[in-house]
Amino acid sequence: MPVYNEKVMEHFMNPRNVGEIENADGIGEVGNPVCGDMMSFYIKVDNNRISDVKYKTFGCGAAIAVSSMVSEMAKGKTLEEAKKITPALVAKELEGLPKNKYHCSNLGAQALNKAIDNYLKKQGKTAKSQKGGKK
Amino acid sequence: MGEVYLDHVATTPVLPEVLEAMLPYFKDAYGNVQSLHSWGDKAREAVEEARGKVADLIGGVAEEIIFTASGTESNNFAVKGLAMAHQARGKHIVVSAIEHFSVLHSAKTLEKWGFELSEVPVDKYGLVDPKDVARSLRKDTILVSIMHANSEVGTIEPIKEIARVVKQSGAIFHTDAVASAGSIPINVKGLGVDALSLAANQFYGPKGVGALWLKKGVRIIPFLDGGVQEEGRRAGTENVPAIAGLGKAAELAKAEMGARAKRFSALRDKLIAGLPSRIEHVLVTGHPTKRLPGNASFCVEFIEGEAMLMLLNSQGIAVSSGSACTSRALKASHVLIAMGIPHEIAQGSLLFSFGLDNTGEDVDYVLETMPPIVDRLRQMSPLYAKFLKDKSRGGK
Ligand code: FES
Repeated sequence: MPVYNEKVMEHFMNPRNVGEIENADGIGEVGNPVCGDMMSFYIKVDNNRISDVKYKTFGCGAAIAVSSMVSEMAKGKTLEEAKKITPALVAKELEGLPKNKYHCSNLGAQALNKAIDNYLKKQGKTAKSQKGGKK
Repeated sequence: MGEVYLDHVATTPVLPEVLEAMLPYFKDAYGNVQSLHSWGDKAREAVEEARGKVADLIGGVAEEIIFTASGTESNNFAVKGLAMAHQARGKHIVVSAIEHFSVLHSAKTLEKWGFELSEVPVDKYGLVDPKDVARSLRKDTILVSIMHANSEVGTIEPIKEIARVVKQSGAIFHTDAVASAGSIPINVKGLGVDALSLAANQFYGPKGVGALWLKKGVRIIPFLDGGVQEEGRRAGTENVPAIAGLGKAAELAKAEMGARAKRFSALRDKLIAGLPSRIEHVLVTGHPTKRLPGNASFCVEFIEGEAMLMLLNSQGIAVSSGSACTSRALKASHVLIAMGIPHEIAQGSLLFSFGLDNTGEDVDYVLETMPPIVDRLRQMSPLYAKFLKDKSRGGK
């Protein structure tokens, strides 16, 4: 077992915001090309702000801690702010990850990013068809 | 919370009798085996007594035992040393796809040195088919190395049948018995092998000591050059306490083998029967009957091994896993992949290995602890969510 610090262990043992959002505004799914694991992020958006985040993770202890941390970091942020969450920032918030587990932090940031892109894409479509912001 | 160690494939503890047998050689009888005075005599006696006991464990002769510093060293020594010593006759070597890395990577190194390598496949139980070995043999095959048993899935290979095939070709046959020696009966003559590796810490001896049994008359290139230790084949001052410990562990293993195997296999069978009946979508890996007495290995679908291992550890249960995330190289166990287990299922690999301190209550504790852990991880698994959705739609 890799040696995780207390913060990572705490998030792993008590992951926040686990689950799915029904009728999510945006969904992002990524697979980890390194070890074959998976992460899905679901976001709810209100007034350009992420009002709710949930996720599901198939992966190691680090991947679970990362998804929990990303969900905490994203909640309440504007889409622009949330887009700036990088793997390095996630790792930093977790006070470090073992070297061979850095790739797991990519998963979380990527999945969130994809969920935002997914939302924006849908928005684009609705904006065109309904000439207006959010439902 | 319990304290249940179920990772005896990683290492066994040292038995008190074994420790007792080692202690004098640290402090009182600390002489060097090669010294020509009475201090040397005492050390020499200890080493030679151990040599006899290790030979006894596997039905060999004392002079055929070469002490090494680990099972890994024994395997490196055998594969590289035998190939190098016999390369005049050919440069082709054969191994199975599920060998321990100490054999596999040694073979790959030989490849870099100009040898040719063939890998024999295994079936879904991890069994090597002697016919596949026969097919892989060529005129220039000089060495075949196939393990006696696989520690990850417990499967015991048909070494006797494979040896018969190899013998006909004239190649040398080495078997890595690190996982099996001390746990199940081994007779090198009955098996028909030319070389066999074993390690003390797999049967209640200390870490850092192993042995290579090499049939009399088989040439090998020395592993370490230097002095005359181990007949010049493995130079370096003998680790007398460790060797004495290995000897004692071998003696005890031989005497208690039947009783230990009976206990371990009862625990193993209880877990193998109990886990899949309590948790859905768990598959047992390895062979149903041809398996090591203390090995119970599984793949739990839709979740990942490291996460399970960590949650089990938080409940005081120590196990291991062959998932990609648990490996340093981030690759799923080559053993499970060779058995045809899909990558995402191999991710859920979990290995329980029993030892002398384990009881039926430990198995009960595992059976009680596992379901909520699996449940919790499945609740957060996107794969499981997908599976449930597709199932409810009636799809596959
Ligand atoms: S998700 Fe596989 S190593 Fe982290």
